[in-house]
Amino acid sequence: MTASLTIVVVEPDPARARLIVDALREAGDFDIHVVAERAALARQIALHNPDVVLVDVADPSRDILEELALASAPLDRPVALFVDRSDEGLSTAAIEAGLSAYVVDGLTQARVKPVLDAAIARFHMVQRMRTELAETKRALEERKVIDRAKGLLIRARGITEEEAYALLRRTAMDKNRRIADVAEALVTASDLLK
Amino acid sequence: MRTVPIPVGYVPLVDAAPLIAAQEMGFAAAEGIALDLHRSPSWSALRDALSVGQVAAAHMLAPIPVANALGLGGGSVGFEAVSVLSVNGTMIGISDALAERLDAAGHDYDFADAGAAGRALIAAAPKPLRIGVPFPFAMHAELVFYWLSALGLPSPQSLTVRTLPPPLMADAMRAGEIDAFCVGEPWASQAVFEKVATLLLPGAAIWSFAPEKVLAMRTGWAESEPDLSARLIRAVWRAGQWLEDDDARSLAAELLSRPQYLGVGADLIERAMKGHFTIRASGEERSVARFVVFHEGVAHFPWRSQAAWIGSQLAGRMGLDRAGAAQKAARIFRSDLHRAALAPLGVNLPAASARVEGALAGDSPSAGARGPLRLGRNRFFDGGLFDPEIH
Repeated sequence: MTASLTIVVVEPDPARARLIVDALREAGDFDIHVVAERAALARQIALHNPDVVLVDVADPSRDILEELALASAPLDRPVALFVDRSDEGLSTAAIEAGLSAYVVDGLTQARVKPVLDAAIARFHMVQRMRTELAETKRALEERKVIDRAKGLLIRARGITEEEAYALLRRTAMDKNRRIADVAEALVTASDLLK
Repeated sequence: MRTVPIPVGYVPLVDAAPLIAAQEMGFAAAEGIALDLHRSPSWSALRDALSVGQVAAAHMLAPIPVANALGLGGGSVGFEAVSVLSVNGTMIGISDALAERLDAAGHDYDFADAGAAGRALIAAAPKPLRIGVPFPFAMHAELVFYWLSALGLPSPQSLTVRTLPPPLMADAMRAGEIDAFCVGEPWASQAVFEKVATLLLPGAAIWSFAPEKVLAMRTGWAESEPDLSARLIRAVWRAGQWLEDDDARSLAAELLSRPQYLGVGADLIERAMKGHFTIRASGEERSVARFVVFHEGVAHFPWRSQAAWIGSQLAGRMGLDRAGAAQKAARIFRSDLHRAALAPLGVNLPAASARVEGALAGDSPSAGARGPLRLGRNRFFDGGLFDPEIH
């Protein structure tokens, strides 16, 4: 029986970190550490001496890990980039999920695969959540702009809210643009005229 | 003509301008392509995206494809450079504590005198000097090592070199983690703007014609997609030519400042584009001719000797055979593909594909394949020459 793998998850957001840690725990018996502070990255990694480091591809501190992976210190063991040494399908899946993984040299594919499978699945979910959040934010922003545009039209032309919206929609159709874009143009123009 | 989309990756920096301008100003459309631009948060992420084919081409630090070819670093997939996207464009900054010591010693921040700046830095610096660079394989690192070594501080062994993503450089300076940095714009100016750094020297003062970023592709991709890759090379070449115009650079600063690209103020980007810098919080200014070059002096041409220089420098500090590394590296800069792609435009290109690096004390006439050609000044600050034997 080999000792359980030590995994470091680099993730500043506690909620996301918990999601990933939970998924890893379900996948097997691992010794998992979360590093949230970029500044402490090198020291934390030296301290835990992990077999696997998982990091979000969107995290700019990836290039810091890259340096750690190259240098012999502070890591005692050489760390290879996961995409470097695994079968192409798995590394492509990881990158598509937004996951970067560093794996200590010499670990067999069989031992690493469950970790990566679990992480890939969870990263997909995290990414989906992030996209949804961004979309929701954008929709809210757009609604605010449309409301402001409607208000401008109501005041300037003495029409009802319904008529103002209809006017925006008709203009958008005529100009082959989105309602939000037309509203945005109107708000910008009116700001300029103030 | 049907427009073919090509996914292209970049890191948010001023020198991504040729790719962004190619798409935004219609140079890509003129070639019947659309650049699907992917912003990458880090160089390693961009390298991996290119490795697995998530992007077909990428804005890349000139030393990354060379390091891959030498088996250094994490990349196992071979890359090649089909164009140089930019020459020069890096900036060295120091902490305010260090700047105080340089001021006390009477340093005048002459942006053209790399020798004086380096000697002042070495005299005032804590030992070891802690310096931030954006990636282990970057011209930033190579220029700093060349500069300080030539002035008697053997580098990198006498330095503590920290890899830091450009947008985090100012934070690291504020936190007191580094004494100096060498970084691409607008991130050095951003650190001045945040009042945590003083600009000491542009990289161009160390080597006046340093290949900074290249257009990289997976080895073999350009040959398997000769038509698409050539269209991309031409679109980027046209964008680079456009970017040499002063007004175009102002417009480019506006384009790059958009949130989806760099997302920093156009005024900060314009400093690098125009070479007019505010070097410290007090508002003191310096100008740099050709701070970043996209086209002039045949800047777009991937000289095999440029790659050889990078290969030789990397080999020197990694304990590899220098001549062998230079040979291997030279094959990575594909001047042949660059020539073939630009042939339909009738562009006058250098007759040779390699040269002695550092041998042009000023802009110089040279033999072009279609008549005389003007090459940009190419000089190392210490007068060093690099004459690779490329077979």
